[in-house]
Amino acid sequence: MTTALSTTPGGLTTGRSTMTTTPTTARLGKITVRHFDFYYGEAKVLHGIDLDIPERQVTALIGPSGCGKSTFVRSINRMNDIIPEARGEGVIEIDGKNIYAGGTDVVELRRRVGMVFQKSNPFPKSIYDNVAYGLKIGGTRNKRALNDAVEKSLQRAALWEEVKDRLQESALALSGGQQQRLCIARALAVDPEILLMDEPASALDPIATTKIEELIWELKENYTIVIVTHNMQQAARVSDLTAFFMLGKVIEFGDTKKIFMNPREKMTEDYVTGRFG
Amino acid sequence: MGMFSNRRRSSDDGSFRVVTGAFAALVLLAVAGIGFELSRQSMLSIRRFGMSFWTGTTWDPVSGVFGALPFIWGTLYSSILALLIATPIALGIAIFISELSPRFLRQPLSYLTELLAAIPSIVYGLWGIFVLVPIVRKLELSAPDAIRKLALFKGPPLGVGMGTAALILAVMVIPFTSSVAREILKNVPTAQREAAYALGATRWEAIKVAIGYGKSGIIGSIMLGFGRALGETMAVTMVIGNNPQVTASLFAPQYTMAAVIANEFTEAADDLYLNALVEIGLVLFIITIAINALSRLLIWSMEKRSSRPMAIVPLLEEQPAQ
Ligand SMILES: Nc1ncnc2c1ncn2[C@@H]1O[C@H](COP(=O)(O)OP(=O)(O)OP(=O)(O)O)[C@@H](O)[C@H]1O
Ligand SMILES: [Mg+2]
Repeated sequence: MTTALSTTPGGLTTGRSTMTTTPTTARLGKITVRHFDFYYGEAKVLHGIDLDIPERQVTALIGPSGCGKSTFVRSINRMNDIIPEARGEGVIEIDGKNIYAGGTDVVELRRRVGMVFQKSNPFPKSIYDNVAYGLKIGGTRNKRALNDAVEKSLQRAALWEEVKDRLQESALALSGGQQQRLCIARALAVDPEILLMDEPASALDPIATTKIEELIWELKENYTIVIVTHNMQQAARVSDLTAFFMLGKVIEFGDTKKIFMNPREKMTEDYVTGRFG
Repeated sequence: MGMFSNRRRSSDDGSFRVVTGAFAALVLLAVAGIGFELSRQSMLSIRRFGMSFWTGTTWDPVSGVFGALPFIWGTLYSSILALLIATPIALGIAIFISELSPRFLRQPLSYLTELLAAIPSIVYGLWGIFVLVPIVRKLELSAPDAIRKLALFKGPPLGVGMGTAALILAVMVIPFTSSVAREILKNVPTAQREAAYALGATRWEAIKVAIGYGKSGIIGSIMLGFGRALGETMAVTMVIGNNPQVTASLFAPQYTMAAVIANEFTEAADDLYLNALVEIGLVLFIITIAINALSRLLIWSMEKRSSRPMAIVPLLEEQPAQ
């Protein structure tokens, strides 16, 4: 089995297959992962992950079920902290700062790193209150500021036109696809730099999925996006870079085109083509 | 093949519906039957006093005058006081167990609170008489005159009275409310808490989201406690002082509907007296049902508000200036 490789993305360098076996603080991207291991109790599910996720690009994580994609994205905003007995070891840096260092303000971190879940999870509140929630708990009280942020976020999430006349209605009255875009708007409202998306479209029909994909494409102008997907076409359509995970390791990471057309590893090729049939 | 399995399934459904429907009807029938029987057995008193039974303040078996207001007042007042004391504590316990306590403590703490619910009420009554009453009496005796003059604290320093009854009721209600509320919080989907955390919520803010999600269930748990307090008999009888009067004073001995029935039923010699006591039962029955219906309505309207589209409310003052 291949050792985990760290690669600079996007064909910037020639040495694409540089082996990185020791933690380094050299900044190669917005998110720098070095030798990251993760455990649920005794079970080790991530093994020495090394990745450099670039700013304002879409990075897709693909791989068979149970290979640790969710665990990995949930490590980037330390969402796994709320699972008892779970712990990460190693380094994940955002803008050069290790988020696993002692004294990290996790609340602050999560405001910078937004997250959208597989199943839409709106609060049983109005559409307006859902989007405004993050700002309100962040201390924004000014009505005007809240209104502006709600409108802007809903527009960015391509939902404004559909809901602008019923902002006080329950969010649970929206369709599945609308709910998922609402959750995206809710995440955008706190103005994060990074957006983590764990299979954001897997519960949606093709039309709603297309909407989300278009949205991702637009959002990458302003956000660094990491998206987990089981859908190969989707990864190929929306992402700039793709990381192929297997059994808790990164097998291959690089340009999405290259991963799909001309992967370096046999395993990657098998997985990618297997899915295409 | 498909047709057969379909048919079998639908006929199963049918009989299942009949059986469960029959049980539901049985419950309704029992409720109606109780109401009917209570009315029938209290006809004498209903005919004699009419609505003034609800508003009369005299309870005089010797001269045959019966008014239930002091008992209605005592039941409602003691239950509401108990609710005010018990609710914050019970919710605090529920939140602590489900959200804050270390894992290994959760089970034992849950069992412990549920154990409190299993203690017979006469034991609470004895505890009230031997422990609570002396404490309350000491408090009453040491209360400064200025306070004793207030309407809330007038009355002889007996130790028994409304305040003591409310305290004991609160203790008895807490396990019910807290275990139901705990169960509600436990069933709030992790996704709700994660959504809050992902937006930068602190632990307390995430707990508030969970409480908001379970709001209607938690109100249900409070109402369950209320219902329990309304009907509680033994422990209250032992500490409330059994003196029918309508007063706000916590120190004054008062009486409740359940207590007067329990105390006087065996000694009710003449028919009118007996009928009046049964009518008190009828009043208690009606009030309990009314309060349950009201709380159902409250929960129902809340659920409707949060899960279904409401009439479109324009965001007048909240509409951003364009
Ligand atoms: N809360 C948990 N406790 C214990 N083990 C867990 C937990 N969550 C995940 N795991 C285990 O960790 C491994 C990785 O799971 P993870 O959910 O990260 O995989 P995944 O790649 O996202 O899979 P999928 O594509 O099915 O979503 C799996 O073996 C899984 O069983
Ligand atoms: Mg997953």
